[in-house]
Amino acid sequence: MSFKRLIAPIASLVGGALLVIIAFLGIYAWPAVKFNGLGFVTKDNWNLGSLYGNPIMRHGQLILPGAAYGILFLIVGTLLSTLIAVLLAVPLGVGSAIFLADGVPPALRTWLSFFVEMLAAVPSVVFGLWGYAAVIPLLNHTMFPWMAKHLAFIPFFAGATGSGYGLLTSGFVLTLMIVPLITATMRDALVNQPRGLREAALALGATRFETMWSVILPSTRRVLIASGILATGRALGETMAVLMVGGGALNYLPQNIYAPITTMAAFIVSQLDSAMEDPTGMAVRSLAEVALVLCVISVIVNGAARLLLYFSGYERMGGGGWA
Amino acid sequence: MGVSAAEVRAKINEPSVFRSVQRRLFNYAGWGLCALTFLMLGGAMVWILEMVFVRGAGAINWSVLSTVTLGVGGGLLNAIEGTLVLALGGLILSVPPGIAAGIYLSEYEGGWLAPLLRFMSDVLVGVPSIVVGYFGYVTMVVGLGWQFSTAAGSIALAIISVPYITRTSEVAFRGVPRTLREAGFGLGCTPGTVIMRICMPMAMPSILTGVLLALAISVGETAPLIYTAGWSTYMWTGHLTQEPIGYLTYAIWSFITQPFATAHQLAYAAALLVTLFVLIISVIARIVTYRRSGWGQHA
Repeated sequence: MSFKRLIAPIASLVGGALLVIIAFLGIYAWPAVKFNGLGFVTKDNWNLGSLYGNPIMRHGQLILPGAAYGILFLIVGTLLSTLIAVLLAVPLGVGSAIFLADGVPPALRTWLSFFVEMLAAVPSVVFGLWGYAAVIPLLNHTMFPWMAKHLAFIPFFAGATGSGYGLLTSGFVLTLMIVPLITATMRDALVNQPRGLREAALALGATRFETMWSVILPSTRRVLIASGILATGRALGETMAVLMVGGGALNYLPQNIYAPITTMAAFIVSQLDSAMEDPTGMAVRSLAEVALVLCVISVIVNGAARLLLYFSGYERMGGGGWA
Repeated sequence: MGVSAAEVRAKINEPSVFRSVQRRLFNYAGWGLCALTFLMLGGAMVWILEMVFVRGAGAINWSVLSTVTLGVGGGLLNAIEGTLVLALGGLILSVPPGIAAGIYLSEYEGGWLAPLLRFMSDVLVGVPSIVVGYFGYVTMVVGLGWQFSTAAGSIALAIISVPYITRTSEVAFRGVPRTLREAGFGLGCTPGTVIMRICMPMAMPSILTGVLLALAISVGETAPLIYTAGWSTYMWTGHLTQEPIGYLTYAIWSFITQPFATAHQLAYAAALLVTLFVLIISVIARIVTYRRSGWGQHA
């Protein structure tokens, strides 16, 4: 037997893991998919039903009386917190990448990049702890009241600032978690653009920043888009930090930017304990459907980013190795 | 009304103070804003490290490291042991397929399997860790009846870390010079011998870097373990199934929201241990990478 034949099955375990995850979540969630139908993603109603009632048959499934599962509020919470994070992370990531690529001497660049990219190595639960214990008190007492007072003209910035747990706080913490990915990838791409581009622009009399901004940066457009999509994927699935600073809203759509939210990932952690109380198992299966939806979204988002990177010739993500 | 070429040329060549000032301002403002974004990120990193180290240093002492958790007080010995057991278990399961996939992607690029595997491995990196955790709950904890257990937690961690090992192994094998392989084949070696006896030793330091990164990720993960490993305040008795096991990140997440000072102390101590461990591993991995690829370059 050839060596290739020998290692192919072992190597295939890596890809197999992805298929097995999707397949088993799909099989397990199937009764819930049939029971919930399309209302699962269009209704704001996650209700386990009467836990002390006798299970009843509905749509051919055994459920608790009054049980209904609609996760629109989770989808909204996930998308909005991710949107805030990406809107903040892209300028931060590009700015710091430009600074690291051309604003510091190469010897210093190595260490400054390393320091900032260490943000990617900090475990998400430590981000959560930092948000919970250090950021929320500051936001709650100082920054949110100030914003609600002085930035009230911006839509969704006015109104009650709540407790500090919520959409904007989640967005801030998520920003810091995804920005190293953009910084590392963009810095690599900027540094590795052909020297000729820079020399041509400088020879035409452009300043160094004009060279960077108008010549080098546009030539890395595809890498920027791809790293932005990858960062989006990471923010969509982030669990622990959002769980600790999101505020845990249930069946509630945020009315302003300070309002509490839950994301799909955080909801799975926070609700499994109570879902296990459902003797019919429909609640646990509906949570599996949440996981399935989240998984499919991440696969689509990450697949799109990877294909874009493959076709842009920037095949392997560089940077800190955490990408 | 006609405009002569000479007039246009004169207009272009006319020194414009305004334009020059404008460009200079754009230059300075641009660099200033870029430096500001960098300072914001650096400042956040300093703030996080400051919180973890200052509060953690106040919370950690020998009894935290040497006794087990009692309710919401006591120590973290059970969690430290559990974190190491789960992470090592994850590595034992993820290193062989990860390296095999790395070899396959690097050495057998032609054909349909390699591009497909690479794509799936890259997509697997992006699957949220809680999805892997829930998958473990559905299949192993409930489906196979293992209950919250070391085996379920380790397998979940292995799925999380295997794409990282795959990627670093592929890069490591690609870094082995072609001439070495040709020399091996010239001496009559089989592909297996060339890969395992010639390329593998050359690639080993880089592969180890990937394994270290996978270890750091395993130690820092929480979401895949909550519903696979569970939580236990006892020391591990060696059972792979039917017995939950503690881990440090659970202590951070769960104890910080308890209304007890002792619980907060444990959470900060656990955060210090986890962060310190992850940072040290990252620094070692980065130094190894630079040693091999030359300072100032990236692997």
